[in-house]
Amino acid sequence: MILTLHDYWSAHGCLILQPYDMEMGAGTFHPATTLRALGPNPWNAAFVQPCRRPTDGRYGENPNRLQHYYQYQVILKPSPPDLQELYLGSLAAIGIDFTRHDIRFVEDDWESPTLGAWGLGWEVWCDGMEVTQFTYFQQMGGYDCKPVAGELTYGLERLALYLQNKDSVYDLAFNDAEGNQPQMTYGDVFLENERQMSTWNFEVADTERLFDLFRKATAECESCLEAKLPIPAYEQAIKASHVFNLLQARGVISVAERQAYMGRVRDLAKGACASWMEKNGWAA
Amino acid sequence: MTDFLLELRSEEIPARMQDKARDDLARLFAAELAKSGLHAHAIVTFATPRRLALIARDLPEATAAVSEETKGPKTSAPPQALEGFLRKTGLTREQLVERDGVFFAVIDKPGRATADVLAEAIPAVIRAFPWPKSMRWGEASLTTESLRWVRPLQGIVALFGEDVVPCEIAGVVSGAATVGHRFHHPGVITIGSASDYVEKLHACHVVVDQDERRSIIALGATMAARKAGLELVRDEGLLTENAGLTEWPVPLLGRFDEAFLAVPPEVIQLTARVNQKYFVCRDSDGKLANAFVCTANIDAVDGGAKIVEGNQKVLAARLSDAKFFYETDLKVPLEEQAAKLDRIVFHEKLGTVADKVERVAKLARWLVEEGIVKSPSPLVGEGRGPLASASGKGEGDVPSLTPPHPSATASLPPSPTRGEGNLADLAERAARLAKADLVTGMVGEFPELQGLMGGYYAERQGEDPRVASAIRDHYKPVGQGDDVPTDPVTVAVSLADKLDSIIGFFGADEKPTGSKDPYALRRSALAVLSIQSSNKLRFQLSEVIEFLRRIYHFQEFHRALEADPIASVANVTKPIRKFKIDRSIDGERLVVDGNTFGPFTAGTLKNLSDRIHFWGAPLSSLDGDVLSFFADRLKVQQREAGVRHDLIDAVFALGGEDDLVRLLARVHALQAFVGTEDGANLLAGYKRAANILKKEGFAQPAPLPGREGLGVGRPEATDARSPSEPTPAPSLPGRGEAATYDAAPAEAALLAALDAAEPAAADAVAHEDFEAAMAALATLRAPIDAFFETVIVNDADPAKRLARLVLLARVRTAVHTVADFSKIEG
Repeated sequence: MILTLHDYWSAHGCLILQPYDMEMGAGTFHPATTLRALGPNPWNAAFVQPCRRPTDGRYGENPNRLQHYYQYQVILKPSPPDLQELYLGSLAAIGIDFTRHDIRFVEDDWESPTLGAWGLGWEVWCDGMEVTQFTYFQQMGGYDCKPVAGELTYGLERLALYLQNKDSVYDLAFNDAEGNQPQMTYGDVFLENERQMSTWNFEVADTERLFDLFRKATAECESCLEAKLPIPAYEQAIKASHVFNLLQARGVISVAERQAYMGRVRDLAKGACASWMEKNGWAA
Repeated sequence: MTDFLLELRSEEIPARMQDKARDDLARLFAAELAKSGLHAHAIVTFATPRRLALIARDLPEATAAVSEETKGPKTSAPPQALEGFLRKTGLTREQLVERDGVFFAVIDKPGRATADVLAEAIPAVIRAFPWPKSMRWGEASLTTESLRWVRPLQGIVALFGEDVVPCEIAGVVSGAATVGHRFHHPGVITIGSASDYVEKLHACHVVVDQDERRSIIALGATMAARKAGLELVRDEGLLTENAGLTEWPVPLLGRFDEAFLAVPPEVIQLTARVNQKYFVCRDSDGKLANAFVCTANIDAVDGGAKIVEGNQKVLAARLSDAKFFYETDLKVPLEEQAAKLDRIVFHEKLGTVADKVERVAKLARWLVEEGIVKSPSPLVGEGRGPLASASGKGEGDVPSLTPPHPSATASLPPSPTRGEGNLADLAERAARLAKADLVTGMVGEFPELQGLMGGYYAERQGEDPRVASAIRDHYKPVGQGDDVPTDPVTVAVSLADKLDSIIGFFGADEKPTGSKDPYALRRSALAVLSIQSSNKLRFQLSEVIEFLRRIYHFQEFHRALEADPIASVANVTKPIRKFKIDRSIDGERLVVDGNTFGPFTAGTLKNLSDRIHFWGAPLSSLDGDVLSFFADRLKVQQREAGVRHDLIDAVFALGGEDDLVRLLARVHALQAFVGTEDGANLLAGYKRAANILKKEGFAQPAPLPGREGLGVGRPEATDARSPSEPTPAPSLPGRGEAATYDAAPAEAALLAALDAAEPAAADAVAHEDFEAAMAALATLRAPIDAFFETVIVNDADPAKRLARLVLLARVRTAVHTVADFSKIEG
């Protein structure tokens, strides 16, 4: 499926990139999306990005919720006039039959308070399940997107559920049995991972050390900004954001504090975006 | 006469915006045409997820020609004036018309082709469209000036008769081509005119009329449920939403695992509705069935089998999440959840939710212990708890309340065993647990389930059923027509919760203003009034305010002390009577009960001390604000019952009345009275007297201060002296005191009538027998009429004049025993 999407989007003019090697809550955090959404230059890219959402962990007991999963991310800047048709073409390419499945574009305005970003678009439903987030970015890091980029975020596991007609993500076939390689399921690969990581995320992670990590990432980001290095600064913002998500999963951040922490991460991300704009000589 | 068709095709328009978009389209279009004097015979609009359409019927081919006449200079004016006028109008001297020595320019404006008007109107309408949220897109978005629309605009069909109205906006050029259903009919279709628009689209699997799609869904969903032997749970909002999500709606029935029915039905319905836009079904017993109806947007080749299968999977995943929350929440006792409420800020100036819970719990208990909320039949063992005396009327000291902060569980009353708990304990316990569900996973996911989930958890965790139902229903009534609580435990908690919010927010100066009421205080006040009237509850608002004030004061103290890391006096438990702030060169110090804390940087204590001072002082201004707020709500509430708002004003204007049930009883009696002939005539006599007094400078007596003034106390009805009386005050004869001259017969008769009526009316008021009070006043009517007929107030003898004025003042004051008649209209 990933290979099919690579082929499809490559044929439609996208660079094929690799996942970013950091923990992040969504593919949008990949600098190839966030930073490249800024400025006037055209940019078309597609890549897989693993996502970590500690609070979504269910100890492997929910067939549809994972704290670690994969997104397929496409960014097209400026957004082409036939983006919806292009997207539907990609669904057809991976084998979704529009005569049997009900595809719908349901209002879902996207906002990332930690990136200072928002956009309008839809969640795309396939038979009632959200399989893609479809967004026209309007702002990133507090800056107007000029021009607007279209972003597609496919939930790979969910799409696979349809294609393989399975009820649980853990039953998905990870491969075809071939030679001496037995057939493996998604569960064989990831179930234990989900169990252990859920336990760590919710129960074990040392909150004092996490708070310390948050402070260190914040400080590091600031010194990068001082050195006018937007990319490493942005990496530290990603790090702080993930540590914040872990702290949330540990339930040690009160409602009032939550806003303050999110504001802190947003300031870092905005700072990195501002520095990136400045480095490239782009006006707000 | 020709019809005009406009279709604005867009990427999927959010369902919730479509209805208003149709209205806006019709309104903006009509306004654009009106600028050129054009009016359509009728305008119809349609909306689907992908298009917004309008048909304007019977437009003329052209606008009417108009002839405009402009007045110019006088013929005698200097030539420069004429030249200027010619330049302005673009005419020559010969083309001007001369009349009465003045030049006129007559300019004939020919009619314009309607098509031209339309070609200008379309882009204007699009640019002015007020979408709640709009966006930029594509290459044009290099600048922020590019067109904004709800989603990218894809096409424009504009046909006047059968002709395309040519126009262009943001690179989209008008034409006759549109598209059909996204999957059933992906190709281009050409529309001939307004008359074949609906049919042509229908042939391409687009039901363009939203009402038709609504009916298709309503009927189809009902039938699908019936076929499975079930009954569809109607939901108008869902019908509209699904109609806004589809161009070719096909309702399909699906099932879910019966095991999920262990989750409360409200949770299942909400999960299905909010997340998936599904209808739910009931079985023949009226219980929620394990079935749902989803609305697909296609006629699938397999009859929808795959679609149903997919939707079932999604709902199963959603329900298994809900079940996860439910089961996880059940494992944690509500008491333990309640302890976490100190992490949630209720309002910056009013502390955390834990602080609120503390106040509500104390007030709920107080409402029971003061006998305001009672059991319909007396409960065994009910009595005054130890707190009753502490909440008493001591002057200026803080009641000995347990501190709100140290572990909330510590201050929980013991869980009363079923049946033998007393009402006050039950009310307090329910109040202490009422907000606990705010920190549960389920309410975090579905905030609208607050209260309800708490009720379920309490019940399953073995709380007294009255406590569980109080937790469930304490937000009620929410708006008109909602159930009003009647169970005393629920009543106490619900009332306490709302009174605390109203009084607290008023104290924090967060009063509703104009259309702004962010904390829904108006709704809360209406709810208090309905609970009060449904349950015949009697209390004085001023006492509630005073009770809460003490708790607020105490809590402010704690916050102040806890906020101070230096003095670490967080666990001060004894009530604190007095504090002051000493300012010196090295900062300021807080002095509490002789202990000094600090020094702090200058200014740090200012804010805190303001707040503490505020709650620390008796709040007469707050009393007045809250009271008149309630009086306004009372008018709103009573309007429907036909109670005149001016009569509420008339009683309220007397001041001091803060028992709203008593106030209303008086208003009812007053309304009955002014409807009688006696009442109407007495009112007329009163107004005449009041007018004379006003002219003579006998000011209206000020509202009687304090609650002693009226109702409970004996009104000083016979004494017209008041601070607002002009000075020097004329010396007034007391009751029955003989005048120094021979009184006219009518004068003497009125005096005698007053002597009898005043005490009778006052007595009746004191006994809350307002009919009797009115009857006592009615005896004044004949003597007053006779007085005005036969006695001249403005007598030449100043003594007589004064005495008669004083007599009239007595009449006025006597009438004020029951209401301020000057506020009565008519």
